[in-house]
Amino acid sequence: MLRFMINRAGQSAILLLIVTLITFFLVNLAPGGPASTMRMEATEEERQAIVEKLGLDQPVHIRYVEWLKNALQGDLGTSFTSSEPVIQRIMERLPYTIELTIFTIVISVILGIFFGVISTVKRGKAGDHVINFVSVIGLSVPAFWLGLMLILLFSITFKWLPSSGVGPRGAEFELWGWISHLIMPVLILTTTVLPHIVRFTRSSMLEVTSQNYIRTARAKGAKESVVLYVHALRNALIPIITIIGMLIPRLLSGAVITEAIFGWTGIGTLIIDAARGRDYPLVMGITVMITIVVVFCNLIVDFLYSRVDPRVKNV
Amino acid sequence: MSNKILEVKNLVTGYQGKDGFMKPVDGVSFDIEKGETICIVGESGSGKSVTSMSIMRLVEFENGRILDGQILFCGEELSKKSNEEMRQIRGSKISMIFQEPLTALNPVFTIGKQITEAILFHRSMGKKEAWLRAEELVRLVGISDPKQRLKQYPHELSGGMRQRAMIAIALASEPDLLIADEPTTALDVTIEAQILELLRSLREERGMSIMLITHDIGVAAEMANRIIIMYAGKVMEVAETKDLFDQPLHPYSKGLLESVPRMDGERGVPLKSISGSIPRLNEVPPGCRFSPRCPFVTDKCHKQEPALEKRGTRQVACWHVDELFEKDLLAIKTEGGVPIES
Repeated sequence: MLRFMINRAGQSAILLLIVTLITFFLVNLAPGGPASTMRMEATEEERQAIVEKLGLDQPVHIRYVEWLKNALQGDLGTSFTSSEPVIQRIMERLPYTIELTIFTIVISVILGIFFGVISTVKRGKAGDHVINFVSVIGLSVPAFWLGLMLILLFSITFKWLPSSGVGPRGAEFELWGWISHLIMPVLILTTTVLPHIVRFTRSSMLEVTSQNYIRTARAKGAKESVVLYVHALRNALIPIITIIGMLIPRLLSGAVITEAIFGWTGIGTLIIDAARGRDYPLVMGITVMITIVVVFCNLIVDFLYSRVDPRVKNV
Repeated sequence: MSNKILEVKNLVTGYQGKDGFMKPVDGVSFDIEKGETICIVGESGSGKSVTSMSIMRLVEFENGRILDGQILFCGEELSKKSNEEMRQIRGSKISMIFQEPLTALNPVFTIGKQITEAILFHRSMGKKEAWLRAEELVRLVGISDPKQRLKQYPHELSGGMRQRAMIAIALASEPDLLIADEPTTALDVTIEAQILELLRSLREERGMSIMLITHDIGVAAEMANRIIIMYAGKVMEVAETKDLFDQPLHPYSKGLLESVPRMDGERGVPLKSISGSIPRLNEVPPGCRFSPRCPFVTDKCHKQEPALEKRGTRQVACWHVDELFEKDLLAIKTEGGVPIES
């Protein structure tokens, strides 16, 4: 176990290094810069002063080494646009995105496995076709369009749900206010991951149910519900866990669009602001943070693996 | 009350194919008496496994269907039972063990869980009690250190141990009939002998009947009271083991017996084999199904299918039994022996 942990930590560190390297160069080599995006009137000399103050007159590779040195000491720098520490800005926003992600994942996993199993049981029948059809629609309709349509329907026409914001927080927290703000963003994010889980569960279950041990279970006199939900599903879960691990990064990037549509002040909206304002330290900070989240999720997936499948105990 | 535990009459089992039903079992009849071991012998594709899966009514889960015939178990018609009634019979009155114990056991559950589960499907008792019973069963089938083994997963056991665990599962509710579908095919020879010995002693202790499916006529010789020879979905011959080995009555049985290596055979001479191969389900020949490969084939064989007919205690399906028997053409003549290099 210890060896496994050390191994994984090493791999994660290398991954993190590569991700930061690529992002740093991409962001810094993109045309424009903090000085050119400023809206106020400024003379050439004033712009030059800003560039020097922010240290942007140094070559890119030297700046990267500098950034890395600080980052390794836990200092992700100061945001160009607000002069607050990057960590602070991220920590203000991250909980909101995690909130969305957790709700979406929990709902998608429960519904996805449920519909996937139904689809297997009703293979080739009406139920299977309906689930398949809805899945394809869910996969092909773009999130931004669906989001706008939902706002049009539920916020403007029926006036049931608020169209934007994260709802009352802190002292004014109120249950319905919180839930009503969550419904639409979670719904949109769910449509981007749920179909994948349904289809994966279906194919995984179909493969497992043709295995010999399923025949054995029936020969023992197991009820069909036990055959499906105990003997088959436990085995089918192994690949399903993999796909869930792979969907989490997709979910985080999907959050960018969803958060923008619903004015959800999470990491998604923050990264848009940061990129637009050429706030290099903030972009880098968010990248590092998201990479850590993804790596961490994959660790959890690997751990779940060994819980579900006794054959992979000694990873 | 008859002494028969199982009577299969004119069983036809089909799988839905592109053009109509494919029938891997096409009119099979046989019976099993209480406490008897019968062996169904035949090449791969002769319909042995599908016959056993039909008795268990497991074919329905694999897109198959019993199209015709009767399966009487202790006088009760199995093919007309509801799914729930059938579920209660499976694993309790009729149990089954399978060919590959590694794939037949669920890889993600411990042996103990898989045995206690089989007990609890049919009896109401506490989990602890079931676990103790599982321990007893595991000891009965000759697994050492039962407490430890019950906590292990299938991949942690050897092939022989796995098959013993399978047998323990099958014995969970003390069945009247045990169907063993090629139980030793995936095992090596010494383990095979141990498993066969275990099955034999269990049958003697518990008085259950065994239906053993095998393609190895040597296994059948060791185990069976009676042997049923199947070919392409039909029964070719039924005979007491001794009678069959003394004098097969069907050319196919003769062919099977002659293809067995013998210790007293001459070395270096190739073993006899039956030329050709079993027909595919969609290419079953008209007339006798064995006719394309039969050395004694006549026009009649190609045109008309012979029925399974009684001859004393035996049954055989061949047009020319009497003729071949009189001319002594059915005597086993093994020329070949085991080619042993010195």
